[in-house]
Amino acid sequence: MEERWDVPDVVVIGAGIVGAACAYYAARAGLDVAVVDRGPVAGGTTGAGEGNILVSDKEPGPELELALLSNRLWRELAASGPEEDDRPAASGGAGGRLPGAGAGGGFEFESKGGLVVAETARAMESLVDLAARQGVEHVTVTPDRLRAYEPHLAGGLAGGVFYPQDAQVQPALAAAKLIRRGAERFGRGALTLRTGVTVTGFVRAGDRVTGVRTDRGDISAGAVVNAAGTWGGEVAALAGTHVPVLPRRGFILVTEPLEEPLIRHKVYTAAYVTAVASDSAGLETSAVVEGTPAGPVLIGASRERAGFDRTVSPAVLGRLAAQAVALFPALAERRAIRAYCGFRPYCPDHLPVIGRDPRAPGLYHACGHEGAGIGLAPATGHLLAQALAGLRPDLDLTPFRPDRFDEEERP
Amino acid sequence: MTPDYDLAVIGGGPAGVAGALTAALAGLGVVLLDAAPRLGGQYFRRLPGGFRAARPGALHPAPGGSGGLDRFTRQCESLAARADVLTGHRVWAVERDAEAGGTLAVRCMEGDREERPRTITARRLLIATGAHDRPLPFPGWDLPGVLTAGGAQALLKGDLVVAGRRVVVAGTGPFLLPVAAGLAAAGARVLGVHEAAGRFGLAGHPFLAAGKAAEALGYGLRLARHRVPYRGRQAVVEAHGEHELTHVTIADLDRDWRPVGTRTVACDTLATGYGFVPRLDLPVQLGCALRVDQGGHGAGHGDPVVAVDAGMRTSVPGVYAAGETTGVGGAVLAETEGRLAGRSAAADLGRRIPPDPALARRRDRLAAFARVLLETYPVRPGWREWLRDDTLVCRCEEVPLAAVREARELGATDARSVKLLSRAGMGWCQGRMCGYAVSCLAGEDSPPGGSPPAPRRAIAQPVRLGDLARLATDPPAGEPPATPPPSSAGGLAPPASPTPSPEGRP
Repeated sequence: MEERWDVPDVVVIGAGIVGAACAYYAARAGLDVAVVDRGPVAGGTTGAGEGNILVSDKEPGPELELALLSNRLWRELAASGPEEDDRPAASGGAGGRLPGAGAGGGFEFESKGGLVVAETARAMESLVDLAARQGVEHVTVTPDRLRAYEPHLAGGLAGGVFYPQDAQVQPALAAAKLIRRGAERFGRGALTLRTGVTVTGFVRAGDRVTGVRTDRGDISAGAVVNAAGTWGGEVAALAGTHVPVLPRRGFILVTEPLEEPLIRHKVYTAAYVTAVASDSAGLETSAVVEGTPAGPVLIGASRERAGFDRTVSPAVLGRLAAQAVALFPALAERRAIRAYCGFRPYCPDHLPVIGRDPRAPGLYHACGHEGAGIGLAPATGHLLAQALAGLRPDLDLTPFRPDRFDEEERP
Repeated sequence: MTPDYDLAVIGGGPAGVAGALTAALAGLGVVLLDAAPRLGGQYFRRLPGGFRAARPGALHPAPGGSGGLDRFTRQCESLAARADVLTGHRVWAVERDAEAGGTLAVRCMEGDREERPRTITARRLLIATGAHDRPLPFPGWDLPGVLTAGGAQALLKGDLVVAGRRVVVAGTGPFLLPVAAGLAAAGARVLGVHEAAGRFGLAGHPFLAAGKAAEALGYGLRLARHRVPYRGRQAVVEAHGEHELTHVTIADLDRDWRPVGTRTVACDTLATGYGFVPRLDLPVQLGCALRVDQGGHGAGHGDPVVAVDAGMRTSVPGVYAAGETTGVGGAVLAETEGRLAGRSAAADLGRRIPPDPALARRRDRLAAFARVLLETYPVRPGWREWLRDDTLVCRCEEVPLAAVREARELGATDARSVKLLSRAGMGWCQGRMCGYAVSCLAGEDSPPGGSPPAPRRAIAQPVRLGDLARLATDPPAGEPPATPPPSSAGGLAPPASPTPSPEGRP
């Protein structure tokens, strides 16, 4: 079915959190933006995540800088809105509104802080060492103080490090609300979302990318942003260029809603930091446990390279449960009521791909954020919008450049 | 490691019991698991041992009077002598180990309060998990006193509780008749049966058209004896009451089920159901191919069901499905399919099974009849007009229609994204009650002929984390022990043997 499209300045492919942030900041910069997605808003990895906004798990370097910038931007976004969400959606009472409406930016932003715990003295040493190298705001927590942070934590731990800046959002709401807010704030027509539109190719003028072909007709645009997440490699290939994004599967267990919050912060073990940075293709699990405003506790995290296979693995769920119960013994009696899996968009060097693609002028990439896409989205969107607007980005994008893999991967 | 059984059967209704018995008679080592304390499924739900009903068969009027129940009871007795029957086992996951020759592992919880996790392995698996009620939402459907039709019948059959004294039965489909007849026979005053589908009297009922005159006539006579009016093209569109149900609004419907005129009726119980949803959690976990059963929804909304061949084999090697999971068709079809599946499992494991073309023909005939029935009772789109902005669509999470609409405005286009943005279907029942309505309201029923994907439920039953954790620490026979987490600087000690570091103890 062919449709008539306006000619936007930018087409963003992907209505996940990264695409939403790119669209929001591009619209804020005065550009007209069309977001297209083959599915619904937040239908891919965004809708399968926990909503982590972490500065605690990053080694010093470009990703940590991106995370710190993003953390500031998330706070701005949460504080600056959203008036429009405060209206009651129905004649009903509290049930008549979307969860989190009017609070936490309309997407359940919670600056809850993260507590990284160590099981052994050696693990504690490496945590303290990491914190010192990061230069991020933190508090070293001695074993006797752990329960002041988390009363239900297991005994026998060697201590921990508390990071007050770690935060959480409900990621699907965040993506949807950023797109809506961009559309409502920056002028009529500045930002439009079209779901159910599949990109099938690119419109070219010589080398230059001048739009996208879709199953609903061509959309001409000044620039195209590939924010297709785990599927970013496929989109890049449609443009004849190469970005090595691969799926890294993760499962999350969700408990029944708890009446009293059992867990106050985002709590994870030192092993998580190692697992995030690991290159192993095999299964790795480490405990990440947190409560949510709606009541259920979310339990992660597993990592394995299993393609796009969604087959349930009870053994993985068992390991996640075992690790969570080891951290919080009181969880043993709570029921898991669901579990789901998602596919982190992973690049071989664990860094996202952000910026213009010199191999296909007019094409920009913003994908490959692995498990940190929610946390890194605003900074990604902000920096990419600066690049689109011809401004000098606040952070050097060289470490994230899309063609950095060519030398090592392609003969 | 040798699997525990040749065949594991999940579900103790007509399909599962027939399948298990057929396979056991053919010489297979069979285990049958069911969540309920007694076999029977929804259809042959039976009284607990302590009750003494004078004529229990009277509660199971079809098929063929008490003969159906007697036959089923004989099958259960025969099965108990030849196979392991494990009642009170709630299956939360199944998996197939392709590397271990396709061994199937059934993960379940055994027991009630003192529940324990248990894993059973088998060479073959028959999934006969049946179906559950499909309610439609309307204002007040969350009031105490409003039951699903299946729920009302379950109370009656299982506990001899007469669901209420003044009962209204509403919905669509032939199942309303036995529900109303059973309630009336048990002493409830059934004020009316309100069938939302077209206005044919019992005489024009498809039961008759398909040659099941005796059965339909039986219900008709019973309803007539109790002076129960049967009305076509009517529905309960609102339930009223301060704390519990006191009356309902009954509407005349147009062709598409939009209300065109209403009246109220005082009652204390409403039994309502709009067909059935096959329970596909386990086949979806295994990755069984599904097909769309268009029968139920002439309006264009098909139900996903398990795709099977003539021998009830699914697309996953070693896995069979029978009964409502392959298409809603009732107890007789379910039993036939169970027998076919049991025969296939035995034949596939090398037993000599003489062909029985009559059985296959019988299945085809019954399945064709089931399709006609489903086509006669499609859910029509006008039910959406029964809802108001504040009508709860998802009762577990108390999500009103307005929030579902807002989720759609935000860019949700399917049940999953509506759930992510509004929490509809995210609660305790995991969308089993509201899933159909949410899927329609999310637009998954359009374009016409569209079919919502079956929801993925990695955990088919709630499981305590402590029990889940034991999977990682006490692997069942036939499985290598789960490897402990990678021992990095911060590697966690395996939970079964917590080794508190002495230097770290507070």
